[in-house]
Amino acid sequence: MIREGSLVRRTAVWILLAAGGLIMVTPFAWLVRSAFMDDNQIFVSPPQWIPRPFAWANFSGALSSQPFARYFLNTMIIEVLVVTGTVLTCALAAFSFSRLRWRGRNLIFGLLLTGVMLPYAVTLIPTFVMWGSVGALDTFIPLTVPAWFAGAGGGVFNIFLFRQFFLTIPYELDEAAYIDGATPWKVFWAVIMPLSKPVVVVVVIFTFIGVWNDFLGPLLYLTSDSKFTLALGLAGFQSTYTAQWGFLMAASLVVILPIILIFFVLQRYFVEGVTLTGVKG
Amino acid sequence: MRAERRWGWLLAAPAILGFLIFTIGPMIASLFFSLTDWQIGAPARFIGLGNYHQLAHDPLFWKSLNVTTYYTLGVVPLTLLVGFVVAMLVNQGVRGRGLWRTIYYLPTLVPAVASSVLWIWIFNPDFGLLNSMLRQAGLPTSSWIYGEQSAVPSLILMSTWGFGNAMVIFLAGLQGVPRQLYEAVAIDGGGTWARFRHVTLPFMTPTIFYNLVTGTIGTFQVFNQAYIMTQGGPNNATEFYIYYLYTKAFTDSEIGYASALAWVLFVIVLVITVLLFRNARRWVYYEMGAAR
Repeated sequence: MIREGSLVRRTAVWILLAAGGLIMVTPFAWLVRSAFMDDNQIFVSPPQWIPRPFAWANFSGALSSQPFARYFLNTMIIEVLVVTGTVLTCALAAFSFSRLRWRGRNLIFGLLLTGVMLPYAVTLIPTFVMWGSVGALDTFIPLTVPAWFAGAGGGVFNIFLFRQFFLTIPYELDEAAYIDGATPWKVFWAVIMPLSKPVVVVVVIFTFIGVWNDFLGPLLYLTSDSKFTLALGLAGFQSTYTAQWGFLMAASLVVILPIILIFFVLQRYFVEGVTLTGVKG
Repeated sequence: MRAERRWGWLLAAPAILGFLIFTIGPMIASLFFSLTDWQIGAPARFIGLGNYHQLAHDPLFWKSLNVTTYYTLGVVPLTLLVGFVVAMLVNQGVRGRGLWRTIYYLPTLVPAVASSVLWIWIFNPDFGLLNSMLRQAGLPTSSWIYGEQSAVPSLILMSTWGFGNAMVIFLAGLQGVPRQLYEAVAIDGGGTWARFRHVTLPFMTPTIFYNLVTGTIGTFQVFNQAYIMTQGGPNNATEFYIYYLYTKAFTDSEIGYASALAWVLFVIVLVITVLLFRNARRWVYYEMGAAR
C-alpha cells in the first residue's frame, strides 16, 4: 500500500471514491425505498427517498401471492446437492491430478482445461435432448447430477483452484501416511482435505452463488410451478405483476438479501478466492 | 505403483466421465444436429450444410450478431476501464479500503433476475429513477430500454454497473507489482505518470489480458437481460445471439437450425480467443521465469 502522497491528493482520491460509491449504491437505495413504499408514494414526482409510512405490506403481499417458501426450499435442495457434489468430485480430481502419478495425467488435465473456453450454448441443446430422452425433464436431476461429475463446464475451474492449492502442501505428509499403510482415499480425506479449508470455502461460496443466481438452467428444465427456484419464481412474478413495483421490489430484495449477507460474513474468503485464482500468468 | 495408477484414474473418473458426457458428447451431437432438419416431435432429416446456408441468408441471424457485437464492444472496454481506474484509486492507501471494495463489488453479486427486475423499474420512462432525475435537472428524458436506438446503450450502462468483478481481479493484480521498482523510478527522477507508465502498466498487462479474454467470452453470451427485460425488442434491437438461439431451439423447436447457430457461435468465440492470444504477444508482459 502506498502511504506517501500529500493530504490533498489523498482527499481527492477519497472524494472520487465517495462520488463513485454513491452512484453504485443509488440503484440499491432505489430498490429498498421502493420495496417499502405504497402506491401513493412510489409514483410521486419528484421521487422521495424516505418511505412514510413503511409499507411492510409489500413483503407480506408479495411473499403470499406466490409460494416463495416452496421456491426457497427447492433452491436449497439444489444448493445442497450441487455444492456437495462439486466440492467432492472436483477435489478428488484435483487430488489425482496433483498428488498421484499416472501416465496421461497432465494430458487429460490440459484437455479438461480447454472446456473453460467453451461457450455453454454449444452443449445446451444436446444436453437438453439427452435429459428429455431419459425422462428427466421437470425434475432436479439435470440441475444437480452434473455437479457429481465435477460440475461439468464451470467445474473445471474448481478443479484448477483445488489443484493450485494442493500443490502448495508438502508431499512428505502423503509419504508418511503411505508408509503407515494408508490408501490414497485415506490420504485425501484425512490428510489433504483438513488442510484445505480455505480453498473449500472459496469453492463452496462461488458454487453457492452460481446456483442461487442461475436462471437459464431452471428456466429450461423446470416447468411446474411447485419445482421453481427463487430466481425462476421471481422472473414469473415479474411477468405477472408488471406494474406492482412495490411488490416486485420487495420480492427482489428478498432474493438478493441472502447473497449479500453471505458476502458480508465471508468477505475475507472472497478476496482470498480471487488471489487464489492466480490471475498473474 | 500399479495401485497408484489405478487410484489416479479412479479418483479422476467423475471429472473425466463428466467431460465426456457433458462436454465432448454434446459438442459432437450438436454438430450432427446442425446438419439435420429436425423439429421436436418429428423425425430428423439429414440436410448437409442446409442450415448453414439458410443462416447466411437469415437477416435475424445477422441482426443478432450485430447487436451482440455492439453490446460487447460497449461493455468490455467500459468495464475494463472503469474497473482499472477504480482499482487504482482503491489501491492508493485511502481510509476504508475494505468498505470501498465492498461497495463497488456488491452489484456483481445480485442475481441476474433480480437486477433485471430492478433495472426495468429504474429505466421506467414514466416513474423510473433515471427519467425522474433527468426531469428534475431539466434535461431531456430517454425511453431507455423501450427505444430502438437507446435499448442497447441502456443495457451497456446497466452491465457497466457490474464492473466489480474486473476491479477485484485488477486489485489482486496490483498486489503483484514490485514496490522496489517504484523507488527505482523515483531515484531516476520520474513522477507519478512515469511510475504508472513504466511500472504499473507493464506489470498489469497479464491481468488486463485475463479480464479482456474472460470478459469478451462472457459478454458475448448475454441472455438474461434480453429474456427478462426486453424480449429481444423493441423491433429486435436487443435480439442477442443466445436469445435468438434460445427462441429458435425452445420456442420454435427448430433443433437443427439452433444447433447450427450454436456451432457458429463456437467458431466465433474460438476465433476471437485465438486472435486475442495472437495479439497478446505484442503487448502482454510476462516476467522472466513466470512465462511458460
